[in-house]
Amino acid sequence: MEQTKENTEEAWKGGDKPFAASYGKLMMWFFLITDALTFSAFLGSYGFYRFKYPDIWPVPEEVFTHFPFLHGDHPLLFVALMTFILIMSSVTMVLAVNYGHKMQKKKVILWLSLTIVGGFMFLGSQAWEWGHFIHGDKGAIDTKTESIVHIAEGDKMSSVYNLMEADGHDGSHHHFTINDVINKLETKTNFNIRTANKSYLSNSESIKFLQEEGTEVVLGANLKHNEYGVQNFGQCFFFITGFHGFHVFSGVIILIVILINVIKGTYERRGHYEMVEKVGLYWHFVDLVWVFVFTFFYLV
Amino acid sequence: MANTTTNSNWWIWKVFWILLIVTTVEVVLGIIKPGFLINTQFLGTKLLNHIFIVLTIVKAAYIVLSFMHLGHERKSLKWTILIPPIILIPYLLFILLTEGGYALSLMH
Repeated sequence: MEQTKENTEEAWKGGDKPFAASYGKLMMWFFLITDALTFSAFLGSYGFYRFKYPDIWPVPEEVFTHFPFLHGDHPLLFVALMTFILIMSSVTMVLAVNYGHKMQKKKVILWLSLTIVGGFMFLGSQAWEWGHFIHGDKGAIDTKTESIVHIAEGDKMSSVYNLMEADGHDGSHHHFTINDVINKLETKTNFNIRTANKSYLSNSESIKFLQEEGTEVVLGANLKHNEYGVQNFGQCFFFITGFHGFHVFSGVIILIVILINVIKGTYERRGHYEMVEKVGLYWHFVDLVWVFVFTFFYLV
Repeated sequence: MANTTTNSNWWIWKVFWILLIVTTVEVVLGIIKPGFLINTQFLGTKLLNHIFIVLTIVKAAYIVLSFMHLGHERKSLKWTILIPPIILIPYLLFILLTEGGYALSLMH
């Protein structure tokens, strides 16, 4: 009894580490918990919209089909590459932390630099992905019921550009009105409309539908509407991947600051490389979030 | 890569290969979409989606426990960090997804 009392008094004097972790590391963990909850709220609200619009929600593999320097449809490949880049940079980060424990400054510099390169590669890929998402390549028509319909040839997806005989990638800014599209549909009878819930109308039905319901031709994506489908899809895409990309960006900046400190020998003098470990926690967390974004945005 | 792999960090490459293989399996499943996994509904969604979610959680566990070293921290710290998200996130998702289904039923 006496012993316990003494121990309790001892503990109140401070200097005890019940978690056997430093203050800085604990605070990083607490920050990451709150950040995890923030991201789950974002992905949860994405799930909310998907459950609200199950039939008219865009199919991811029709949206993300591009791969640099390759023509045609390559669903999933590019995001798979982005995932690989991020996993790879996570590995180089663990290696940097590992060599930090062993106080091998040169190897920490090497692996930390490679992590930064990985971070920049990921950011570049995301910029490319955003560019394609914003530009779009099929075009669509917005309707009074606020659902997006697409141009098809029979029961095969086509595009507004095909119908209008325009090149979507010639660099110029296209603009079509709803009447342009209706006029073209009247002359080119092999084209028709695919409705939001993926059923195909005949050519004459399509013209009637557009005359009654069509409001405007949508090319590409912005926060107001997007050519892929439900408005919330574009908003969720910009917000969630944007917020994640911003995390990656901040991570790269922090990594650069830490790298400069490593080169200057700050941690060598301090006697430990715990700062590398802390930024490592943050970097792995960013990878962790991407694993979930990848699944819920691109796979499910 | 072989020359950078000293005997003390082989576990890093082990986790790397696990993450890579799991991701590859996900991508392959996502591209070929096996018919019986798509057509089987379970708990409100396709069986394939459940597989994706389980594989994602496997990857997440490896990242958190191994890369972030949480598996080797003291037990009290480990559970202090893991329990709040493990309780709160499924709870939040349950509410939001149920509510999404309800919002759908209101539109019809």
